[in-house]
Amino acid sequence: MVQRTIVPFGPQHPVLPEPIHLDLVLEDELVVQAIPSIGYVHRGLEMLAAKKDYHEMVYVAERICGICSAIHGIGYCIAAEALLQVEIPERAARLRVIIGELSRIHSHILWAGLLADGFGFESLFMHSWRVRELILDLLEEATGGRVIFGISKVGGLRRDIDDAQLERMAGKLDLVERECRAITDPLINDSTVKKRTVGVGKLPMEIAHLLGAVGPTARGSGLALDARKLGYGGYDGLKWEPIVETGADCHARSAVRVREITQSFDLIRQTLKAIRPGEVDLKIKPGVNPKGKYAARIEQPRGEVIYYLEGNGTANLQRFRVRTPTFANVAPLVKMLEGCQLADVPVIVLTIDPCISCTER
Amino acid sequence: MTQFIETQEVVAIAREELPARAAQLAKDGWRIVHVACINQGDHLDVIYAFDKGYKLVNYKLTIAKDDPVVPSISATYLAAFAYENELQDLFGMKVEGLVLDFKGKFYRKRHEAPFNPPACAATPPAGKA
Amino acid sequence: MPFFSFAGLVAKAAVSKPPTRLYPFTKREPFAATRGHVVIQMSSCNFCTLCAKKCPTDAIEVDRAGRVWRIDRLKCIQCRACVDACNKKSLTLDPQYSPAMTAHEVESFKGEPLPPKPETPAAAAPAPA
Repeated sequence: MVQRTIVPFGPQHPVLPEPIHLDLVLEDELVVQAIPSIGYVHRGLEMLAAKKDYHEMVYVAERICGICSAIHGIGYCIAAEALLQVEIPERAARLRVIIGELSRIHSHILWAGLLADGFGFESLFMHSWRVRELILDLLEEATGGRVIFGISKVGGLRRDIDDAQLERMAGKLDLVERECRAITDPLINDSTVKKRTVGVGKLPMEIAHLLGAVGPTARGSGLALDARKLGYGGYDGLKWEPIVETGADCHARSAVRVREITQSFDLIRQTLKAIRPGEVDLKIKPGVNPKGKYAARIEQPRGEVIYYLEGNGTANLQRFRVRTPTFANVAPLVKMLEGCQLADVPVIVLTIDPCISCTER
Repeated sequence: MTQFIETQEVVAIAREELPARAAQLAKDGWRIVHVACINQGDHLDVIYAFDKGYKLVNYKLTIAKDDPVVPSISATYLAAFAYENELQDLFGMKVEGLVLDFKGKFYRKRHEAPFNPPACAATPPAGKA
Repeated sequence: MPFFSFAGLVAKAAVSKPPTRLYPFTKREPFAATRGHVVIQMSSCNFCTLCAKKCPTDAIEVDRAGRVWRIDRLKCIQCRACVDACNKKSLTLDPQYSPAMTAHEVESFKGEPLPPKPETPAAAAPAPA
């Protein structure tokens, strides 16, 4: 007779970057059901819209999460600018693309290290964080901050990145790309890594669609969903296609992220060729307040994020609502964990790239 | 560069029609994007957003504050359990027919319904002092 | 080769010098644009309190009557809003990070006292009849 035991996973666990709690119902070593429970880093950031005016909410939006902070700031600004019906200068839009794609590369390299650490490959973890320092140096030279950049504002950017700086950045991109490839090739091609990731955590395409999976979790199952295809803020005019893999297991999701790193370098190079001199800030007159409602959809490294802003004509927003990609990926995670072995749970949790600070705001 | 603002339809529906509409959308291949609740002061708006082929459609319910009940769509869209538990926890709403119901304990929090506080609690001051 | 794809990285790491620094013997030089800590030049400050109004975390406190400018370094998020708001250009952002504190201190800087107002001749004359 098989007996069921319940094993708590998290909130303190060596593989988790942020605390989430899962109650795993086990029969011997097989996971039968996983019940999530969140709320360990809930800060109630959405209520701060009542206290801070809409210009200052950029600082709050950037600090929702440390890994995806640049794109949170950019997404908030895109939503606020749509409510104000203003158009930012072209150079600002292109610089936002460069900062956003560098941030995406850094997030995927960080994830690669965490996944390797999840099954004990610590040397790859240490090397990937060494490569991440190269990218953070590029970003610190351009924007002034390593993790929180503070470069977006409603109306454009707070300061310009001049052409000499962009030339220096372009000169270093080849070196950084070679280092990134040296890290990610073992993650995809090495046979011992493949033994841990191929066939593990299967998410068939119809179930991924029904459960509302977003980002590489959905693209690894064959759904071609990428919010950058909407063509917002500097992305229309660039040549690229969403990266899709059909394996629907952990290996496919890892392959999507690895190929996205190469795609991001290509997008940065395309933008650097297309950028022109010009203004970077559209000064919003004091007294102009957002009115109406709009849901901006931006692609974060982890998937599609929705910034729903509602303004009522005053300087404080009526509602500031962020639906982050990991919140949408919780249901697919619960589905993927059914039927897996206990030792595969850390690997599966890490392949959705959990960013729990984003989930709980 | 033209500013990109996508047109997003808002369709107002009654709360009784919601489960039937969700079942029809699932059959047509729409995917659930998010469920948001806005505290408008005297009533609550709940918005259910669905997407197909990069087109976003919002379905809006208007709920009075003294009768905060919505039917659940988690029988069709299992992913909605996370959003509907959030409605219960943060706004004090009651969702009927939830497949995975945490009964207000999905988020570990100290206060009851922090985004829609009961009448005796003080509202936060608007604007910076 | 599927077994030794990591070998190249291992071999390079074994023979090259370590990528880490021997802190505190070698310190890292910050970039020119790094946002470290706020520095004020008291001689040009006119106590207009614009920086205190713009600060999103209320880290700056300006005492106009007593001519004192205070900053709480633990609240400051190095966002540069005060630097951009100051119209006398007396605030700058230095690249070095502020050092760790052992007790919560608020730094205050005292401005020079105002020069005494000169005697106006109209005040000394008697009022016209």
